[in-house]
Amino acid sequence: MPIGQKLKSGKPGILSWLNSVFGKEQAKIGIYGPPNAGKTTLANRIVRDWAGDVMGAASEVPHETRRARRKANIQMSHNGSGLTLDIVDTPGIATKIDFEDFVENHEMHEGEAKDRAKEATEGVVEAIRWLDDVDGIILVMDATTDPFNQVNVTILGNLEARRLPVVIAANKIDLPDSSPATLKNAFPQHPVVPISAITGYNVEQLYETMISTFK
Amino acid sequence: MTNNGNGGVKINLVSKAKLDDMSLQEKIRFILDEVQQDVILVLEEGLDPNEEAKLIESTMIEIDPDNFTGIEMESQRNPDEVSIIGKLFRRSTYGGKASMTVVGPADKLRTVYKDGDSIEAMVLSEPQEATAV
Repeated sequence: MPIGQKLKSGKPGILSWLNSVFGKEQAKIGIYGPPNAGKTTLANRIVRDWAGDVMGAASEVPHETRRARRKANIQMSHNGSGLTLDIVDTPGIATKIDFEDFVENHEMHEGEAKDRAKEATEGVVEAIRWLDDVDGIILVMDATTDPFNQVNVTILGNLEARRLPVVIAANKIDLPDSSPATLKNAFPQHPVVPISAITGYNVEQLYETMISTFK
Repeated sequence: MTNNGNGGVKINLVSKAKLDDMSLQEKIRFILDEVQQDVILVLEEGLDPNEEAKLIESTMIEIDPDNFTGIEMESQRNPDEVSIIGKLFRRSTYGGKASMTVVGPADKLRTVYKDGDSIEAMVLSEPQEATAV
């Protein structure tokens, strides 16, 4: 049974009624993070689990997602609490984009690499501008890398300054050198959920945290 | 410096007073003009998150594949200063102004390590050389 259906099977109760009366009916949630953190893989899993669809192609090549993609009316529920989401999968935010990285590390021709770099810069601009239009954020961090990289810190700073709710998805915990505990210790003021978006490990907890945080 | 012909690197320490006199747009323009001349800036008063986001946005618009690949930026904030009371009330730790920001051209500056007290970076003065700062 898909995880979405499993979580939906909880009986509705007084909390559900209260949420339906006082809770936010629909929230626009942006999936943010640096390139290659697993944003699109997670977006695909959420959309597949709750809407039986996919969001877009994921790849190991950085900046695979170069335009923001939106999936509307994702209905999540757990133990009687429910939430309707618009999920926005945003391009990875970076401070530098060098076309030569695509040539040297991903065997692209120069022209193709320059085109990809140009599109990637436009994607970063679009992702930053979406910050003005979301109600909450899933910040996807790669649990195998330094959590204090500038992109993570800049995104978190903007969320805190705007008082937007955030759930940190500590992704890639299926990899042996991942350290989700490091992420939890680094950001104790925010909910941090260790997951593997690619295997689906612990995404149930992420969904529960999303519902409690964004409702 | 800019690359001054001696293989050196120019590092400018920018005072809080100078930045205080600038609007957001003037500040972003100043930083990008300096960085695109291969200057590394150490800002006495760091950028706030909105300024950082605007700087990244403007950087992306100005990236030129053959001449400018972007910036390396590190801002120092100290989340350890948050008290237990602050944590209980979910006080912001990243939403304020950084105590210091280092920003430079991506092909000349590499951040090696940072924590709440220091930023360790390498300045690449020549393609194969690196100098700790």
